[in-house]
Amino acid sequence: MSDDHLKSIEPGALKSNWRRWLNTLGSLLALLLVYGIFASIAPASFSTTRNLEMIARQTTIVGIAALGMTLVIIAGGIDLSVGSVVALSTVVIAWLLQQSGMVGLFTNLGCEWLAPWAAALGGVAAAALCGFVSGILITRLRVVPFIVTLGMMLVVRGAAKGIGREQKIDVDPARLRWLEELLASVPKERSWMLVPLGVWLLIVLAVVTAALLRYTRLGRHIFAIGSNEQTARLCGVAVERVKLIVFTLGGACAGLGGLMQFSRLTVGDPTVAVGLELDVIAAVVIGGGSLNGGEGSVLGTMVGALIMTVIASGCTQMGMPNWVQEIITGAIIVVAVALDRLRHRRSA
Amino acid sequence: MAERVESLRLEMRGVCKRFGATVALEDVGIRVSAGDVLALVGENGAGKSTLMKVLSGAVAPDAGQMWLDGEPYKPQGPLEARRAGVAMIYQELSLTPHLSVEENITLGMEPTTLGMVQWKEVRRRAIAAISQFDNPELRPDVRVDKLSVGSQQLVEIARALAIGCRVLVLDEPTSSLTRQDVQRLFDIIKRLKKQGKAIVYISHFIEEVKQVADKLTVLRDGQVVGGGDVAGISTDEIIALMVGRQVDQLYPRSARKPGDVVLEVEDLAGVEKPNSASLQLRRGEVLGIAGLVGAGRTELLRVLFGLDPVRRGKIRLGVYAGPASPVRRWMQGAGMLSENRKEEGLAITLSIADNMTLSKLKGFGPLGLVLPSRQDKASRRWIDRLGIRCRNPRQPVASLSGGNQQRVALARLLQHDVDVFLLDEPTRGIDVAAKASIYKLIDELARGSEGRGPKAVLMVSSYLPELLGVCDRVAVMCRGKLGPTHPIKEVNEHKLMLEATGQEAIA
Repeated sequence: MSDDHLKSIEPGALKSNWRRWLNTLGSLLALLLVYGIFASIAPASFSTTRNLEMIARQTTIVGIAALGMTLVIIAGGIDLSVGSVVALSTVVIAWLLQQSGMVGLFTNLGCEWLAPWAAALGGVAAAALCGFVSGILITRLRVVPFIVTLGMMLVVRGAAKGIGREQKIDVDPARLRWLEELLASVPKERSWMLVPLGVWLLIVLAVVTAALLRYTRLGRHIFAIGSNEQTARLCGVAVERVKLIVFTLGGACAGLGGLMQFSRLTVGDPTVAVGLELDVIAAVVIGGGSLNGGEGSVLGTMVGALIMTVIASGCTQMGMPNWVQEIITGAIIVVAVALDRLRHRRSA
Repeated sequence: MAERVESLRLEMRGVCKRFGATVALEDVGIRVSAGDVLALVGENGAGKSTLMKVLSGAVAPDAGQMWLDGEPYKPQGPLEARRAGVAMIYQELSLTPHLSVEENITLGMEPTTLGMVQWKEVRRRAIAAISQFDNPELRPDVRVDKLSVGSQQLVEIARALAIGCRVLVLDEPTSSLTRQDVQRLFDIIKRLKKQGKAIVYISHFIEEVKQVADKLTVLRDGQVVGGGDVAGISTDEIIALMVGRQVDQLYPRSARKPGDVVLEVEDLAGVEKPNSASLQLRRGEVLGIAGLVGAGRTELLRVLFGLDPVRRGKIRLGVYAGPASPVRRWMQGAGMLSENRKEEGLAITLSIADNMTLSKLKGFGPLGLVLPSRQDKASRRWIDRLGIRCRNPRQPVASLSGGNQQRVALARLLQHDVDVFLLDEPTRGIDVAAKASIYKLIDELARGSEGRGPKAVLMVSSYLPELLGVCDRVAVMCRGKLGPTHPIKEVNEHKLMLEATGQEAIA
């Protein structure tokens, strides 16, 4: 009985499926376009696989943090503390690695290899805690995320500087082990990896986040809250709990971004990543995320992050000064969002 | 009156408008004389709003002509229409809530000298406009968001008067007004008529149209299908013209057998409203709650459903006693339909399927996963059953008409398979055909159908004929207090209205 009905609505459904694919692929096309432009005008070094790997590596920090931001923005929130949280987690990782007590304990137990794991876990946990605190303040005090995370941005930055006594924390290179390889260029003997571990982590996390958004209750609830919080409440969604989870995940992602940042610098730097949150938000927004909530996608965000890196890389290869890069990136953000609005208006 | 020289204030003739393949208006014409009220009626999508958009310059017609006081009138945009003296008051008010009454009235045309606002002149104009309304709440220096909805609407009318409008268009002006405010509005319309304004009045409520309008034009599918003097046409005839067929049985009522009590409320009170409410709802019956807007009916449902806190009193839902959160209420087998479809009832940027399944995202895949394909399958069943007009289940709810949106919101309760339906204004702002299908659905729920047992329905409505038509019993809420329940046979509109206005409790 329902089969007849399915047939009767199938043509329309197909058409709109097609359109949906076009919408998703649209952002990919934009990325290819930007890449193609640079590939044709920039020196040949731009289109080498080596540079491709470089682009992937440079996207990782913003990309991982942007995955968390995608969740936050779809849920109708925003997190301005990402840059500070990244700095904090580098500082926490470095600080933990310098604790002879901890490292000594692991050495005595004959499992020195655990030390970098513990440090990394500590850094990410500290970041997740920051997100959790933001979430608690937002849901309990009923202050909007913009204000709470603006406050957290300063609080966390201050805390990072406090832990580092206003200085960078250097780490004994012997204790770093795999921590310094996360974003390092892949050595010849392991060329089967194509890209370093950190990039693989980004890819896996992106797939997991996309699946979370599309195939789990939590994901559907995140969209519902961002689209209309009152409806979500009416439908029995535990709005406060979901927001808390989202901000905590956002913090954890920023922490993983911090881990990558640490791997790149191998020091804990409380002044690193100032303003990084803006790059992260830009990645989400270029990828079709709406600051009103309810819209956004992981694929879009990844494309957004990549577009920014491609521009940066292309401009550097062409020897353009920094200020040109900044102007182009800024223009791209506005154009991308304007195009997105235009598309929405036409489909409505 | 026959000897009065007809001065035609507004004439529209042969107006056509297409949007893509859809014909929105085809050869439509209306005529309004100065001092007359023309009612424009028709179902949603009949073309009323498009016609008014043409009149207000928001939409350019493909063909057709317009005259204002005999002069050709061809506005290039809303501003030009306003300057020509055509003012629109939309259902959703367009005031700036943070500004004062006088600032709103003069907004966009503030009297200035050398760029400085002349506040004395602003005040004078505002007072001149609002003094006609005899409303003590309306003072020039009050912030607009402090006013009731009824008074806010008067501010909009005052703004129209302040620019010296000749034609005033009121689009569904009474949908969110209390009974008193409606009466007050009608008095004002009478006064404006005397001043020689031409008024176009758009409404779903045929009773209102009969009360306020002189002439009538009925639109259906973008064409004028009838009209004339309001006095010479019956309500039934108007409805028949609107829907294009006889609505012989608008309110179906099959034999229902009341079963056991599923919802019992005793002396329930919320933080502000309700003050006191007691009721018993049985399986297989529809209990109506009548009352004025603001009497606390919505609040009663919200407290029952756990959206607002309980101050005092007992609730028993099935075997569960005491207050509970919305999450629990859904699990206990109750579902609520919000009166406010766009702001609370539906997440309008999300798809039909997501909206229908939001309250219970279970059973759509292994390991607790939610597979969109299965959500779609479940939704297709309701799209089919309720006759929701859409392309597919992934279409955003925002792109549906009001009636179809309401069906999506109702389908959520059906998909969840709740036993107790709490329906707040289930037919607000939807057309007659959609209303009829919702009445039919409520009847099927109470009777039990398709192998499902009878359900219990608690229904709040401001539209008395619908309560009388659909419910088995009805109670009236007045100033936060719920009165006794009456079998439907023992009440009529008059009695309910008396009780609702607190003038007389039915003994």
